[in-house]
Amino acid sequence: MPRLNSPSELEELRKGILSKRDPNKPCITLCSGSACHASGSSDVARSLEEEIKKQGLSDEVEIRKTGCHGFCERGPIIVIHPEEICYLQIKPEDVPEIVSQTIKEKKVIERLLYTDPETNEKIVHESEIPFYKNQKRLVFGSNGNIDPKSIDDYLAIGGYSALARVLSEMTSEEVVEEVKKSNLRGRGGGGFPAGRKWEGSRDAPDETKYVIVNADEGDPGAYMDRSLLEGNPHSILEGLTIGAYAIGSHEGYIYVRQEYPLAVENVNLAIRNAEEYGFLGENILGSGFDFIVKVHQGAGAFVCGESTALMTALEGRAGEPRPKYIRSNVKGLWDKPSVLNNVETWANVPLIINKGADWFNQFGTEKSKGTKIFSLVGKITNTGLVEVPMGTTLRDIIYKIGGGIPGGKRFKAVQTGGPSGGCIPEELLDLEVGFDELTKAGSMMGSGGMIIMDEDTCMVDVSRYFLDFLTDESCGKCVPCREGMRQMLKILTNITLGKGREGDIELLEELAELLSEASLCALGKSAANPFLSTLRYFREEYEAHIKEKRCPALSCKELISFHIDPDKCLACMICGRKCPAGAIIGGKNMIHVIDQDKCTKCGTCFEVCPSRFSAVKKISGEPVPPSIPEEERTIARKSKQK
Amino acid sequence: MSEILLKIDGKKVKATQGMTILEAAQSVGIFIPTLCHHEKLEPYGGCRICTVEAEIGGRTRLVASCLFPVEQDLIVRTRSEKVDRIRKLILELLLAHAPDAFELKELAKEYGADKDRFEKEASFCIHCGLCVRYCAEVKKKFAVGFVDRGTRKEINFIPEIAAKECWDCKECFPLCPTEALQAAYVLTRALYFPST
Repeated sequence: MPRLNSPSELEELRKGILSKRDPNKPCITLCSGSACHASGSSDVARSLEEEIKKQGLSDEVEIRKTGCHGFCERGPIIVIHPEEICYLQIKPEDVPEIVSQTIKEKKVIERLLYTDPETNEKIVHESEIPFYKNQKRLVFGSNGNIDPKSIDDYLAIGGYSALARVLSEMTSEEVVEEVKKSNLRGRGGGGFPAGRKWEGSRDAPDETKYVIVNADEGDPGAYMDRSLLEGNPHSILEGLTIGAYAIGSHEGYIYVRQEYPLAVENVNLAIRNAEEYGFLGENILGSGFDFIVKVHQGAGAFVCGESTALMTALEGRAGEPRPKYIRSNVKGLWDKPSVLNNVETWANVPLIINKGADWFNQFGTEKSKGTKIFSLVGKITNTGLVEVPMGTTLRDIIYKIGGGIPGGKRFKAVQTGGPSGGCIPEELLDLEVGFDELTKAGSMMGSGGMIIMDEDTCMVDVSRYFLDFLTDESCGKCVPCREGMRQMLKILTNITLGKGREGDIELLEELAELLSEASLCALGKSAANPFLSTLRYFREEYEAHIKEKRCPALSCKELISFHIDPDKCLACMICGRKCPAGAIIGGKNMIHVIDQDKCTKCGTCFEVCPSRFSAVKKISGEPVPPSIPEEERTIARKSKQK
Repeated sequence: MSEILLKIDGKKVKATQGMTILEAAQSVGIFIPTLCHHEKLEPYGGCRICTVEAEIGGRTRLVASCLFPVEQDLIVRTRSEKVDRIRKLILELLLAHAPDAFELKELAKEYGADKDRFEKEASFCIHCGLCVRYCAEVKKKFAVGFVDRGTRKEINFIPEIAAKECWDCKECFPLCPTEALQAAYVLTRALYFPST
């Protein structure tokens, strides 16, 4: 492939690619993102290829292995174009039928379709499934249509046209101005206005400047950056190159987690292809602008997602944050002006250039514009990645798109913003998501993780869990973060073990103030959020643990006991057989009793007791009722008496 | 160098561009406590005991004075209820590790810090990093370094370097506020190069 030397050559090439593509030719797209890969999409891909060959359709059907479609709960997903027939949870054995029925005979296979849980109707088209219907997939939408390994696929959907436009028609001031006007805010957590960050770097006097993609996504349960980088790497490269042109940088870095092998592979391939086509390298599209991109793999420290720690790590030193009294966009990587934005932020840039700041501003709230990708995980029916306009309510995200809480359980809280975020309770479900709205509620946007919790979740334990994570991931440089968290974790652990003392809450609050006020970096400054937000909304749970030694969610092992209700036990012996500790006394026609000294509180008896009996009870904060005397344990079976 | 006027504890102070609040305060004899600061070393910002209130344009925030650059019309308060509360808590957290460190005990008196507030975890090291940074920045030997991170972080001598470099240097010893460093050195020597 000879390098393209001008925007018109790019348009020629694009026309060539499109002219060879017949929009009516059947095309099977198969989700091959990491989540679907784990559910066997590569096996499905192999059988698809074999079956198409076997049925002699190789020339008539295209198979496209795409990035993540988002509906991970029901993966692997197949969408058959041009009809847009969507099949879910495909197994290799479904493939022959799909090829012979749907591809050859144009018949829809009912059993592979999505069934609306409310109406029980079958839904044929992907875009009509409630999970997708209620989304606005501006950034993430292309993931399902392109093969991330094919630069031609990206060009076919208009790829690199924003870059061509910027290089041929816009000055760097105009690019910065457009991004400023779009009000694009950083998607990585802080929500800092991207345009202002860029402007600061552009105006800085140094000759050498850097642009950086932060792909060190480390929040538990969050994988939107991963899916974008795996599924549409060119969109990020294009955004990054536009940013580089805007601030006058000639060297960019992608800092990506080593734990994301497919993202690393796809982005490296994308860089190679972009260099071959002339979208990277010297004299890009004949404009005289030079720009190269290097990929740096992180070594696994969560704190390296913090911008200054990331830069320190890029420099080859231990990833420790440094104070931001002088901003990184003025003095960053190797003390040079450096613009660091998150994956999703960069992916928004080509859209803004192509469609304009005004178009972008129509989505979102007053202060948070555009869309945001969230990863819905935890106790939610539709686990997956969703993209919605800013300002969508939590209720719509969790219920309309997420399908609510499974198992008939009650919603308790949603944890947003990763380990440094907070828990938002049921009474705030109508909160519109946006940077400032979430901060006001005591949480934050973060990179967009949403962990849904149901009534069985203990909020004290949640706060202990996140603090444990952060204590492990703190770099240990400053005293408030290292020592403050060490003590907070000790106290919280004691509370969940039933060793809480009067005054613990106040001491935790004092330590939380130290963390937020005196820590060196954002990790420490926000580390108390999980505690503070759960205390704000669920104070009674803390008090119950400390004062009554009771866990209201019946979750903290040390504070609960299992007990068999003698009036309900019908001596079916299931729990007795399953108990791994041999703690259940009983036999045929003998009401079962738990030996509390032997019980390890694993909960097996509770889970296996048939729901029509529901004889096993979890209790907390009250003494276990005494076992009924042995002579009263015999059950006289009515049916046998007759 | 352009001159900058600021106020520290109500006192007008002349400073120059690039100075930190701590340097400006020291230049007029205003004391701000420090634990990880050393004039020969790059500012570190680890101990946070030098936290002060900085007011710019009506907005007050807490900053580490050893790092924060002076600005025109900056108003600094080196003591306030909040600053004192934070210093007291920092001292109490550190005293759990090094209850007998002289510097900590002196500061504890000033701020009313209770050395027994937190359960003892006598690691002795307070992670000020003076030894590590002195060896790296001044001596350029890198004989002592930090290993691991977070609450597991500790100082360690690199035996291969320490065996060659440390025996006639030991300039870091008097820098250590707790003597944890000497213990670490003795241990390294005993285990890895006992004959020297």
